[in-house]
Amino acid sequence: MTVRKNQAALTTDEKKRFVDAVLALKRSGRYDDFVRTHNEFIMSDTDTGERTGHRSPSFLPWHRRFLLDFEQALQSVDSSVALPYWDWSSDRTVRASLWAPDFLGGTGRSTDGRVMDGPFAAAAGNWPMNVRVDGRTFLRRSLGTAVRELPTRAEVESVLSMSTYDMAPYNSASDGFRNNLEGWRGVNLHNRVHVWVGGQMATGVSPNDPVFWLHHAYVDKLWAEWQRRHPDAGYVPTGGTPDVVDLDETMKPWDDVRPADLLDHTKFYTFDS
Amino acid sequence: MPDISRRRALTAAAALAVTATAVGVAATAASAADHTHPMPMPETFDEVYKGRRIQGRPMGGGGHHHEHGGGFEVLIDGVQLHLMRNADGTWISIVSHYDPVATPRAAARAAVDELQGAPLLPFPAN
Ligand SMILES: [Cu+2]
Ligand SMILES: [Cu+2]
Repeated sequence: MTVRKNQAALTTDEKKRFVDAVLALKRSGRYDDFVRTHNEFIMSDTDTGERTGHRSPSFLPWHRRFLLDFEQALQSVDSSVALPYWDWSSDRTVRASLWAPDFLGGTGRSTDGRVMDGPFAAAAGNWPMNVRVDGRTFLRRSLGTAVRELPTRAEVESVLSMSTYDMAPYNSASDGFRNNLEGWRGVNLHNRVHVWVGGQMATGVSPNDPVFWLHHAYVDKLWAEWQRRHPDAGYVPTGGTPDVVDLDETMKPWDDVRPADLLDHTKFYTFDS
Repeated sequence: MPDISRRRALTAAAALAVTATAVGVAATAASAADHTHPMPMPETFDEVYKGRRIQGRPMGGGGHHHEHGGGFEVLIDGVQLHLMRNADGTWISIVSHYDPVATPRAAARAAVDELQGAPLLPFPAN
């Protein structure tokens, strides 16, 4: 059974195996398919039209399934690998071990945002930006520039305490847990982390930065924590909602999985704590 | 927003349609759920910002597939920037997707800042 661990607790060997598996997916071309899929959904999910991956109740189950696909791809390379998560409310500075050269590498240089160290630095030759929205072919970051602070634990708590999963109009204007976690409303958790990292992470092709997976693995863990805290509250809406994925409706692009199938993560993996 | 100020915003938008200049009204938009009051068209603009030409204008009739800006498009040095309007009237673009700003012009400027001189690639028309 897959156990997803806090990235801060990984051994040197676990970090190396994770990085090597990610690089292997990149070499084979499979990695870029994930980037492409994400960008297609982010461009087409709209507040007034069909919305599946973002700005909608299915933001959480969609990314859960997306991460499962990626984790399975990693495990096809190295069966010992699981997705780690980044608790950005505790590891919240550029000095966190997450950004060390033996793991994801650090922030970009000031002139052009280019990441200069770590296994994903352009100079190492293993991390070309193939799916991109502009001419630049190197991984970029600007940690803590566009927004100063990552969310605090108190801010996370304030969102976890919301007892309603989601609310009409089921988009970026909604109140409730999902939209406050996604960040279009309120203290802003998930969106703010994308902005804090900067570079490709702030764009539609955000999975170009491997930290995408660690960020979303933690967002996914927060959903699980919310469920534990509110056992009587469930996914909504539960039927008949135009443009929105109801509980028992299948989700694109898989078309064979429903939010209802993804509510219980323990069918697929557990967390270290 | 109280009805009275919305009506004022719509009046301003009507004036805009004639003069194609004046204050931005996008941020005063009606709620997304309220389809009976479509959000006003943002102001047209054409300027050089940090050495790059940014333009914003109502879309021509010609069958653009990606039309998430409520019929408004933004170009950077002639290349279309994928733009999206949020339910609260704020805007995001493909190069700044998690950080809403008040107007399409602000989104275009944010994109120029983010690009640091790099060319924007035309998005795939899939
Ligand atoms: Cu996403
Ligand atoms: Cu995200």
